[in-house]
Amino acid sequence: MDPKLLRALNAERAARRAAILVTDIATEGAGRERLVRESDEIAGPLGEALSAAFRSGKSGAVEVDGQNFFLNVHVPAPRLVVIGAVHISQALAPMAKIAGFDVEIIDPRTAFATPERFAGVDLKAEWPQEVLARRPLDAYTGLAAVTHDPKIDDYPLEQALRTGCFYVGALGSRKTHAKRVERLKAAGLTDEQVAAIRAPIGLDIGAASPAEIAVAVLAEAIAALRRRNLGRFRDKAAA
Amino acid sequence: MTDVATEVAALRDPLDTAEDWLAGGRKVAIATVVETWGSAPRPVGSQLVIDEQGNFDGSVSGGCVEGAVISEAGDVIADGKPRMLEFGVADETAWRVGLSCGGRIRVLVERVG
Repeated sequence: MDPKLLRALNAERAARRAAILVTDIATEGAGRERLVRESDEIAGPLGEALSAAFRSGKSGAVEVDGQNFFLNVHVPAPRLVVIGAVHISQALAPMAKIAGFDVEIIDPRTAFATPERFAGVDLKAEWPQEVLARRPLDAYTGLAAVTHDPKIDDYPLEQALRTGCFYVGALGSRKTHAKRVERLKAAGLTDEQVAAIRAPIGLDIGAASPAEIAVAVLAEAIAALRRRNLGRFRDKAAA
Repeated sequence: MTDVATEVAALRDPLDTAEDWLAGGRKVAIATVVETWGSAPRPVGSQLVIDEQGNFDGSVSGGCVEGAVISEAGDVIADGKPRMLEFGVADETAWRVGLSCGGRIRVLVERVG
């Protein structure tokens, strides 16, 4: 592999853009390679195979016109945006980081969002409106809203549902959630969109402590990421 | 929150490691799972990066065949020719390297540069 190709691929990955490394594995001494970006227009059967691979996000070998190619599909690393610098988030941030998520925590309450409580974490002591305006959500991002406070949680939840984030979870009792559903519908979201919220948040593993709840939330986010139909989310994000 | 928990680093992608190693003047090969059959431990696209000293980062199996891939990578780094390796079920009596899970994988090993 040409080192330039490796650097170009890593640059695409760092910019959160999908890319495919196409390797010729048919011919003896395999290794002819090219990098294809999602914006590249590739005609013919190989182009169709590439489009399908971008949609599925899955790597694999394809045969085109009697030639064998290996398509290594690199989709952006999943990101987890956590609304609320609470006790659960202190456990969730390092766990999610180990699991491969880029983690960002947003909480305008400066008493909660302190570097002491969140050493080494991308922490924004600002309103979600301000942070999301600078760095919008995308289909490769999941959102967990854990403040219980509608003033803080509602806006990012609405944005996450409109964007088609792969995971949208919200902390709160069933009663709290019922009120939240009413507010989000009043804001113009459809029943289908609102139904995508995972609430009460987290897989039902009987979690009791903040750290255990963090495990339940992370597991739910991973399940949403791995079982989703990537193409559906990508189309929604493009629309 | 203990210091240990806050200091954990995310597992890096082997491709980032490969770029760092190259920039540091090391010779590097990349191994990629290109095909799997049955219950393979790592999915297609999984990668392992190896340097000429046998240092490595990433994985192409659950630790079952990495040793063999790393040893082949030494030859790939030396002569620059890519190799396609195939591993099947482990045969303990024959001391053959393989996958204890019963699957089969094909791994492409190529030099960078």
